[in-house]
Amino acid sequence: MNSKTQKKSIWKTIGKSREASLVLVLIVLCVVVTIMNPTFMSIKNIGEIFRNNSLTMIMALGMLCVLLTGGIDISITSTLAFAGMTIGLLQKYDILHNTFLLFVIAMAIGIGCGVLNGIIISRGKVTPIICTMGFMYIWRGLAYVISNSSWASGADVAGYSDFGQSAGPYVILVVVYVIFFIMMKWTKFGRKIYAVGSNAEAARISGINVNNTLTAVYGIMGLLAGLAGALSVSVYASAQPNMQYGKEMDVIAACVIGGVSMSGGRGSVVGTFIGALIMAIIAKALPLIGIDSIAQNTIKGVIILVVVILNVVTQRMMDKQNLERRAM
Amino acid sequence: MAEDTILELQNITKIFPGVKALDNVHFDLRRGEIHALMGENGAGKSTFIKVITGVHAAEEGKMILEGKEVHFKGPRDASDAGIAAVYQHPTSYPELSVAENIFIGHEKMKHGLIQWKVMNDEAAELLGRLDADFGPTEEMGALSVAQQQMVEIAKALSTNAKIVILDEPTASLTQNESQKLYRIVRQLRDHGVSVIFISHRFEDMYELASRVTVLRDSQYIGTYDVDKISNADLIKAMVGREISDMYPKPEVKIGDELLRIEGMSRTGFFKDVSLDVHEGEIVGMTGLVGAGRTETMESVCGITKPDEGKVFLQGKELHIHRPADAMKEGIILLPEDRQKQGLILSWGLNRNVTLPIQEELASHGFNDNKKENELSKKYLEEVDTKAVTIFEQASSLSGGNQQKVVVAKALAQSNMKVIIMDEPTKGVDVGAKAEIYGIMGELAKKGYGIIMISSEMPEILGMCDRIYVMCNGRVTGCLDRGEATQEGILTLSMENSAKHEHAETEAHS
Repeated sequence: MNSKTQKKSIWKTIGKSREASLVLVLIVLCVVVTIMNPTFMSIKNIGEIFRNNSLTMIMALGMLCVLLTGGIDISITSTLAFAGMTIGLLQKYDILHNTFLLFVIAMAIGIGCGVLNGIIISRGKVTPIICTMGFMYIWRGLAYVISNSSWASGADVAGYSDFGQSAGPYVILVVVYVIFFIMMKWTKFGRKIYAVGSNAEAARISGINVNNTLTAVYGIMGLLAGLAGALSVSVYASAQPNMQYGKEMDVIAACVIGGVSMSGGRGSVVGTFIGALIMAIIAKALPLIGIDSIAQNTIKGVIILVVVILNVVTQRMMDKQNLERRAM
Repeated sequence: MAEDTILELQNITKIFPGVKALDNVHFDLRRGEIHALMGENGAGKSTFIKVITGVHAAEEGKMILEGKEVHFKGPRDASDAGIAAVYQHPTSYPELSVAENIFIGHEKMKHGLIQWKVMNDEAAELLGRLDADFGPTEEMGALSVAQQQMVEIAKALSTNAKIVILDEPTASLTQNESQKLYRIVRQLRDHGVSVIFISHRFEDMYELASRVTVLRDSQYIGTYDVDKISNADLIKAMVGREISDMYPKPEVKIGDELLRIEGMSRTGFFKDVSLDVHEGEIVGMTGLVGAGRTETMESVCGITKPDEGKVFLQGKELHIHRPADAMKEGIILLPEDRQKQGLILSWGLNRNVTLPIQEELASHGFNDNKKENELSKKYLEEVDTKAVTIFEQASSLSGGNQQKVVVAKALAQSNMKVIIMDEPTKGVDVGAKAEIYGIMGELAKKGYGIIMISSEMPEILGMCDRIYVMCNGRVTGCLDRGEATQEGILTLSMENSAKHEHAETEAHS
């Protein structure tokens, strides 16, 4: 038996944990932006960042689970729009105005959409990207159909949108993150997700029901998309069939920046949180430091690539350290 | 160096992290010779071949090709030098045509465009030389293993290879197909090509080779003329010891029947398989690769669905639909491919061991990490796993130790009754092998029923109370420990296929 070498340097510590290197990126980002525009670090501004990005941050958790199993879900913002539009219309036509019930309905719709994905992917053996692409069109299309292409305006959702301006979104964000942190770290369900993503065949032979796990994972993704739909209507005080169009890529990008592997089995809640935060700060900071809005996507893309490459390098360092230990 | 030597390797040593895979190995190949390379699994044959084909670079030693020392930096260099390898599992592109597969990497081009007609014509000619019963435009994936192998050989010919290496070419072929392969190989030799082939089958060696080189435990044992060495001496060279040393088979009183399988069939894989295992008994399942042994056991354990057949445990009929059902009843399969099916390599040992018993360990859905660590430690120690800590990644262990972790995984399940081990010592070095046999003996003493699927004759003969032999998906015989011999098993694992094919050809004519 060998003893580990005890040499330690800052680079080694950073090399040992991807989260540490991400925090470094985050700090550098914040410092640079604050130097260029000191208003960035105001409480109000930071509050805004969290409120406006609560949707992405929440959905990133579901995406974390999906990516961990080696899958992907690009139907989430369509699910969001369908669920959000439904509760918007319920208010527009004065059928229901109870905020809590509206949230429940949106989440129920989300679960339904997600489980459908899960069943088709696990039982039907359809490639996740194809299956969710189909539903991406279906739910988005249905959002237009049920609303007849019209909006639910601020007046329609008047009472409901108060929740979005209260501390509500923060509370939901914190609660969801705490639940997921516990779930992924300490529960057998979390362990199953990692097992299925790391080696589905071995998990199956070890007696884990892979199909059920997958269905549950996509169900959870749907639930969070539904929740994000309810939040979106509340925070932005309107429901439109095209809401959050194309934002699923931001969610996936948040995960990828956070070190979640696209091939499954690797990723953490903390990493996802930091990844989503980096995405949020980029979006908020670029206008603040006077970068033209038309150039923002380009900059965003560059930053994503830089962080991901940094991730790969960190991973290599970690793998190399493991190999070195093995060789001793 | 003799004049007609085409390839010579001197003092080849290859080191992998923690293992000496080749230790000072010599080899020489004459022009137009068929040379067999034999040895047990893990003796270093495949690594040696990979050194010749440039896949691995040796740490020490010289390689001399046609009188000149060569240093291959990759497989490309070797193939440019006229060395071609045909692997046991054809490494082809199933979606491409036969001709494309043959010319992959050296397509017939003119002005940057692929010359389809030229390629198809040349492929047809090569296939004709090999007496193939398929055309160059057929899709690779639609061919049988034997036909795919033929394509690989055609590919070797298309590069004008001077040396062709065949890695277990007959392992997944029927008797008839093997005969055809023998003809092709002799034809190659008659055209001046030198052939190296690896095989576990003595039959192959006696049919083809003029000389045989034996490797054992990564070391060079010797090179012999096939017609001058007796079979017994050859086996001794390969195994290196009296078989009884290696296999600590305890005397165990055989108890009541545990598992009984009746008339199990799955179309295309196995037919009408019946067998039984008793408490404390080690039952072997042997036969050639592709005989249906693994497939049968996978169906017993609910990994695949059989078309028909019944499974009884202690006299009670079971209905198993998925692996979890089998485990609940106390039957577990330890898969052959530890890395793909047995372990989650990126996980710690502790988590791997407790993966199947997570449900029991968790209280209210939360994992009990303390209990998990205690249990995994206990079982890992029971099988004497050599690891730094229980948190170490499974990928960092050697093959033998990984196998032990898989066994610990089975032991952690308190209700286990029947343990099915698929090629438990595959890719495991000799020392760890003996340890694994020791563990099997211990398990038998404790009353487990053990089924060992294995192609390795010595361990089957050394460890098993009874031996089922399968051939072409059927059980062709069941031998008791006392009556089993290598020849007996070989006959049972082949005669059926020969008979079958005879019957078929007769039926056709």
